[in-house]
Amino acid sequence: MNDTANPLIEVRGLRKYFGAGPQPVRAVDGVSFAIREGETLGLVGESGSGKSTIGRMLIRLLDPTEGQIRFKDRDIAHISQRQMRPLRSSMQIIFQDPYASLNPRMRIRQILGEALDTHGLAKGKGERQARIAELLDLVGLRPEYADRYPHEFSGGQRQRIGVARALAVEPSFIVADEPLSALDVSIQAQVVNLLCDLKDRFGLTMLFISHDLDVVEFLCDRVIVLYLGKIMEIAPTETLYHRPQHPYTQALLAASPIPDPAQRHKDRPLLVGDIPSPANPPSGCVFRTRCPHALPACAETVPALAEVAPGHWKACLRNDLHPLSMKGTSQ
Amino acid sequence: MNEPITPRLSVRGLSTSFMTDRGRVTSVSDVSFDIPSGGTLALVGESGSGKSVTSLGLMGLHAKGSQAIVGGEAWFVKRNGERVNLLALAEADKRRLRGNELAMIFQEPMTSLNPVLTVGEQIAESVRLHLGMDRRDALQHAKKMLDLVEIPAAERRLHEYPHQLSGGMRQRVMIALAMACNPTLLIADEPTTALDVTIQAQILALIQRLQKETGMSVLFITHNLGVVAQYADRVAVMYAGRIVETAAVGPLFAAPQHPYTRGLLACLPGMAVRGSVAKSRPRLTAISGQVCSPFEPPPGCAFAPRCALHIAACDTAMPPLAALADGRQARCIRVNEKIEMTA
Repeated sequence: MNDTANPLIEVRGLRKYFGAGPQPVRAVDGVSFAIREGETLGLVGESGSGKSTIGRMLIRLLDPTEGQIRFKDRDIAHISQRQMRPLRSSMQIIFQDPYASLNPRMRIRQILGEALDTHGLAKGKGERQARIAELLDLVGLRPEYADRYPHEFSGGQRQRIGVARALAVEPSFIVADEPLSALDVSIQAQVVNLLCDLKDRFGLTMLFISHDLDVVEFLCDRVIVLYLGKIMEIAPTETLYHRPQHPYTQALLAASPIPDPAQRHKDRPLLVGDIPSPANPPSGCVFRTRCPHALPACAETVPALAEVAPGHWKACLRNDLHPLSMKGTSQ
Repeated sequence: MNEPITPRLSVRGLSTSFMTDRGRVTSVSDVSFDIPSGGTLALVGESGSGKSVTSLGLMGLHAKGSQAIVGGEAWFVKRNGERVNLLALAEADKRRLRGNELAMIFQEPMTSLNPVLTVGEQIAESVRLHLGMDRRDALQHAKKMLDLVEIPAAERRLHEYPHQLSGGMRQRVMIALAMACNPTLLIADEPTTALDVTIQAQILALIQRLQKETGMSVLFITHNLGVVAQYADRVAVMYAGRIVETAAVGPLFAAPQHPYTRGLLACLPGMAVRGSVAKSRPRLTAISGQVCSPFEPPPGCAFAPRCALHIAACDTAMPPLAALADGRQARCIRVNEKIEMTA
């Protein structure tokens, strides 16, 4: 449904409900999008919006309740883990917490080597060793670090190891699930540059999940805005940040503090209240309970994702609102 | 009113060291700053820079087991005009100030609230202790406080437990608790770090409103430069336990003087996107390397190993915090050379 020139991944009607019974938690509720080859797609939204659940379903770390996930023209949404296995070398994930995602009892050599062994990617000890050294070099770590344990590294270095592990099997698609949020700003910048370089070098396709709107603007080609398991808006990055159409996107951008005291927010509209429970989402538009522009009709109809400009989609009944010009200074 | 106004809090030469398995380690030294009445000072820095250690030292909240030694002075002007050194007060006097004239909110509201007491009881406890109210008045006061921090259905929330509230609501309760005795100094240690941006904006707007209404001073501790730019009056940047630069917020962002501050601002993707003219994606100018270990501090400037402007003289001694024009300060021996930094 979105513009899909050469999609590497195409998702249709993806749902994930947790728990049985009359009121399951609707973590992801009917999401459709595509990721083009070589593209970095950003996925933003507040906690509980379903970002990580989508990321994990795409590489089948979680089983979808319903829907299709087409990877290289094959629906992988419901295939068995055994059938998944050969595909795993083409899809990898970088996790948020570099402290929890590396086995503390394994040396870096084992952590990286395990991925190579599983997929039979290095034959013989010499080749294995050479590949591990190459991977460490790729992420800016010294080859002699291979004999260390994770606790001997700082957070930024650990995240580099996480990146090296994901790259070990030469994937074509990477899910980066908040890979920067555990890191300090100065270290974040190092990892952002690393991801940019690797993307350019290997033509990686990436789903970049984050709640940091500035990093997403910097890194991504297109962005999806999620709220309560539903897509509110999809647009190319520049369009989304400069001419957001959905009231939620506008509120999210207005709430994000600009690191420039010359541009202080003055009397900006703040969203009231909290994100509702995904076990009992509002009827109609899920955002209507916090939306400053909600009408009675918003409680009746679930707004469909509609194309408002080429490549720019939004799910909102109100077409009479002017797109907010967010960044007045830019042209 | 011709005399210079005494700041609400005046910290001079604060230092803190802790006992560890590897011996005594100094994590904060030579920290000095002033916060005027009604003003907001942001203490900015990355993890391990000593921001929280500074604030806990002021409140006298270091864990007993850490065998903290806190040096220096912290002169606080009480409501009655009396000036006291917070670091030299007897424990009983400190207790009378804490939660009363001095209040603090923390990053993680779930771990700072008592899970087995209702929200109302926790707020009431503080006003019964400090303002001597009886149980019923205290609970009434607690309700007033929940109204103050804009918690809907305050009457009902009063009887709920922390786990029944969302993260944003819990932080509002923490603020209600801090505001209960009408403090003159609020220390906010990363109060919005655990919250989503839309909730962060609500909480910051709330703190700003309360500050305007009560005239309290705020020491705002954060690593988020966006929040600093939006809310602080003055900024002190910390690196490896020392203040490396202080300035009013506008000049600091417009023309950072210390290489670390410059590097920190250049790291921000938001700045890079805004600053770029080319169509291609710019690279972030990252600061190379990482913070030095407190066990093996470098011989001279602590930032020298990562600094793009490093020269041999940087390694001879820790540079002093030098006074610059317009009440600014920077801890760098090359600060007057006006060097343009290139990536």
